[in-house]
Amino acid sequence: MTMSHSAALNIDRVAELARLALTPEEKALFSTQLSSILGHIEQLAKVDVTGIEPTAHAFPLNNVWAADLIEPGLPLSAALRNAPAQRDNMIVVPKVVD
Amino acid sequence: MSAPLHFQSIAALSAKLAAGQLSSTELTQAILARTKAVEPRLHAFNSYDEADALAQAAASDARRNAGQSAGALEGIPVGLKDVIAVAGQPLTASSKMLANFVSPYDATVTQKLQHAGAILHGRLNCDEFAMGSSTENSAFGPTSNPWDLTRTPGGSSGGSAAALAGGAAVATLGSDTGGSIRQPAALCGLVGLKPTYGLISRYGLIAYASSLDQIGPFARTIEDAAIMLGAIAGHDPRDSTSFKTAIPDYRAELKTRRGPWKLGIPKEYFGAGLDPEVGAAVEKAIEFYRAQGCEIREVSLPHTQHCLDAYYIIATAEASSNLARYDGIRYGHRSSSAKNLLDVYQKSRAEGFGDEVKRRIILGTYVLSSGYYDAYYLRAQKVRTLIRQDFLNAYREVDALITPTSPIPAFKLGEKSADPLAMYLCDIYTIGVNLAGLPALSLPCGFTTSGLPIGLQLIGQPFREAALLATAFTYEQAHAWHTQFPSLS
Repeated sequence: MTMSHSAALNIDRVAELARLALTPEEKALFSTQLSSILGHIEQLAKVDVTGIEPTAHAFPLNNVWAADLIEPGLPLSAALRNAPAQRDNMIVVPKVVD
Repeated sequence: MSAPLHFQSIAALSAKLAAGQLSSTELTQAILARTKAVEPRLHAFNSYDEADALAQAAASDARRNAGQSAGALEGIPVGLKDVIAVAGQPLTASSKMLANFVSPYDATVTQKLQHAGAILHGRLNCDEFAMGSSTENSAFGPTSNPWDLTRTPGGSSGGSAAALAGGAAVATLGSDTGGSIRQPAALCGLVGLKPTYGLISRYGLIAYASSLDQIGPFARTIEDAAIMLGAIAGHDPRDSTSFKTAIPDYRAELKTRRGPWKLGIPKEYFGAGLDPEVGAAVEKAIEFYRAQGCEIREVSLPHTQHCLDAYYIIATAEASSNLARYDGIRYGHRSSSAKNLLDVYQKSRAEGFGDEVKRRIILGTYVLSSGYYDAYYLRAQKVRTLIRQDFLNAYREVDALITPTSPIPAFKLGEKSADPLAMYLCDIYTIGVNLAGLPALSLPCGFTTSGLPIGLQLIGQPFREAALLATAFTYEQAHAWHTQFPSLS
């Protein structure tokens, strides 16, 4: 499979996927910088990876089991300590459903 | 003539504490006084808590007086990179996103340091979310290199390196995803160890790229690095990537393993871009090992040229996923101008993250997005397999590899900050180790003519840190680089 050229990075689309509200200046700057980085990265297309398995972790550990026991978790007050807004032991967010 | 307290090793200070010639309170007061004196020049700390450190020191002295002290770090002030959780202390990752965050729990390494008797001293500056090679990406301002205040200490664990080199801690912890312990150690004239992936629990470490991140120590000497490693290593059920492996007495093994070793010189690590003075210092170190009877063999890691590309795909992909949790809802910065839920996400993240973090999230989101996954992310993971095989093939012939740590000595603050790709090239000799999950360390091997430290990288075999440290110890015993200290002028 050949890699797409870096012009394919649609900064508006990717910023939307990443949930980042970028300014027009940031979009212009990042597009330029990322196109030079992608130009470098696309050299990976030259590597023959036929028949090579992907590596997700250097030392694959599969099926790490833990005993199914109830253990104490974070107390409510500690879990809410860093919440930007809270009321009645709940986190306050803008209205989601009209 | 002995060095001032703030420049002495864990080994030397522990002996004084054990002999009753020094209390932890006196030592901690000396380190705090030094911190106050040098911090205006270095900016190595995001914060430190004097009263808390002195209370820990008093408790350590009480334990010792009651005959209860047994830990390898009893009474020793240790600094932590501000990505490692300490309950009740700030945890910012040098980001506006977490500027007001207070950690609700301890990292496993924090508990292990406390168990060993360490005095936890300070939250050390770093590149935002550990993304960078100069500590200039910190939202709270850059750190300076104690050897030349106009230069960077390296990154991302630049505060951990500068605080130790400047005498504001006796040892520190950092984290290394692509070289973030070894490169600052090299640039600041220290020992920096990135352990094998899985040797140290990542529980309580703010995640950047989880398949690459590993916590490790900065120390003045190899012996101190061995003491620190012994204190923090070991299996942890709270980190599912933590390995079940026996932890040797690293310090004791320094003196029992004498070589000679078969050492490999990867030819790809000595090409264009290597500063001539750095190259010459590393060549001299290789000659030292040869003179010790070690067999020196040229080896090839043929996929080295692809490490940087594979790294920036895998690391940014993992970062874009890990940093999705910063959404302005449960903790972290929430935009005050957000009108609806989508607004909360988009504006909070736009206001909370700095440029480099945004760039990496964008790149990582792109390489994982529909239609590009196979071409970028999956291909990078396959290339990662080839990179790892290169190292394992080399270890059929040799015990360890010798390379420069950084292609260049400490560079000027601001010199590379406008060019992300130039900054990424600082990591060309360190990132292969993370992709392959191997242990590696940097140790001082000289100075440039202008007085900047040079680092030697030794790369070892998985979970064989004892052999790696012993190989480095042989060099350190015959050289005096680690007995030189910066003037901070």
